[in-house]
Amino acid sequence: MKPQLPLLEVNDLKVSYGGIHALKGIDLHIAPGELVALIGSNGAGKTTTLKALAGLLHCTAGKMHYDGSPLHHVPSHQRVSAGLALVPEGRGIFARLSVAENLQMGAYTRSDDGQISADLERMYALFPRLAERRAQLAGTLSGGEQQMVAIARALMSHPQLLMLDEPSMGLAPMMVAKIFETIREVSAQGVSILLVEQNAKLALEAAQRGYVLESGAITLSGEASELLGSDAVQRAYLGA
Amino acid sequence: MDILFQQIVNGLVQGSVYALVALGYTMVYGILGLINFAHGEVVMVGAMVALTVLQILLAAALSSVLAVLCSLMVAVAACMALGYGIERVAYRPLRNAPRLAPLITAIGVSIVLQNLAMMIWGREYHAFPMPFSNGLHELGGAIITDVQIAIVLIALLMMAGLMLLIHRSRFGRSMRAVAENPSAAALMGVDINRVISATFMLGSALAAVAGFMVSANYGIVHYYMGFMLGLKAFTAAVLGGIGNLRGAMLGGVVLGLIESLGAGYIGDLSGGFFGSNYQDVFAFFVLIAVLVFRPSGLLGERVAERA
Repeated sequence: MKPQLPLLEVNDLKVSYGGIHALKGIDLHIAPGELVALIGSNGAGKTTTLKALAGLLHCTAGKMHYDGSPLHHVPSHQRVSAGLALVPEGRGIFARLSVAENLQMGAYTRSDDGQISADLERMYALFPRLAERRAQLAGTLSGGEQQMVAIARALMSHPQLLMLDEPSMGLAPMMVAKIFETIREVSAQGVSILLVEQNAKLALEAAQRGYVLESGAITLSGEASELLGSDAVQRAYLGA
Repeated sequence: MDILFQQIVNGLVQGSVYALVALGYTMVYGILGLINFAHGEVVMVGAMVALTVLQILLAAALSSVLAVLCSLMVAVAACMALGYGIERVAYRPLRNAPRLAPLITAIGVSIVLQNLAMMIWGREYHAFPMPFSNGLHELGGAIITDVQIAIVLIALLMMAGLMLLIHRSRFGRSMRAVAENPSAAALMGVDINRVISATFMLGSALAAVAGFMVSANYGIVHYYMGFMLGLKAFTAAVLGGIGNLRGAMLGGVVLGLIESLGAGYIGDLSGGFFGSNYQDVFAFFVLIAVLVFRPSGLLGERVAERA
């Protein structure tokens, strides 16, 4: 079988702030429809990678190609219409906007009003909890509900590539299960996903492939099942 | 005859103007966390541009209604361009600079605009033309003019329109999103710079209308008129809770009333020692009192942490 052209290809990506090299040249790629996990400990550069991909951080060197075209000089607000969506660390919801308004913000770049309302209903079907709370200010929701808002909001932009930064952080186990169930569902619909997680086991169980990031460099990559079984990953992240 | 009702009428009229100007301060603060101290000068430029256009059009014997409308529209357009320019030149290059830097450029822009206006329009007071007969009405013992009725009505309409725009439109939603979390808004595809420019232009449009209103009410314009008005509107914005739109409107009206009632009664209360020429003192008493006792203002929910 011919290898599929990657949706996202990153070569030798470097990011530094204030003399600190946060990313020391990483390579990664994501095929259409793939669910890829990026794992690593605190401060390894996972969030930096996502921020660079979303355009929130300036890269010092390296290449990023999305859907065949270079991404480096595309400002962050235009990457959304290209099909990239990031659910940022800490969720970044608009606390003083209602749940419905948050979701509408997700569709900011779209102008197909009829389809937008249909998608809103689809999100409420996916997260019935949000449907009950649609008129409520998003800041009044629980952490798990806010994470649902953040994911639903990102989906409202019709992304081809959804990037999630620590979606399980600070959530109760039941809520984590619900969020991961959603991630699998979205992936099954054909959306490519780049999943950043500290909870390596959970992430690798959901993903097809994975990368291990350590101090700004990728030290391991491969099939998720292989990584799960590898001694290095077991020792470093799974506490075996 | 008691002056109470008259002072309330005067206070409401002046307060409507303060409210419109205060909205400009508070919108910019809400979105950038900076006080645009040049905003008062935008009001002045609006008044001056309206003056010149009105003079030209009336000299060309255009109908009064058309002349007033045209001069108002030109003033609004000029102020929107000015507001856009101020942000581009004085604030955008300093977006990530320490807080003090844009404060200093704000004062710089204010001084530049005052002096430019002085060079263009001169140091003297100009009479603002009044092409209509300004009818007087008696309202429960108080006198109110046509112009004053128009000021209050137009201000109310504009504030209602603004609230609809901010709370019901896609643009308003993106404005609130940028105010709350700019990087998350960028992740939604919002061009933050465009929203910021639009915010300055919106505030400046309100300022232009306010400039026209004070000019028509007092019949006099002067290159220095924006300074005190700007400070008072800033006080109104702080009184209501800086960053809070409803607060700016409430603060404007409350400040107008305090000032007007204060000026009306200070003579009696001080046994004739102080006169109504001490009117300006009240606004600054209010500013100091708010900053000392309730820095978050009447409607502000949180004290601004950004210094």
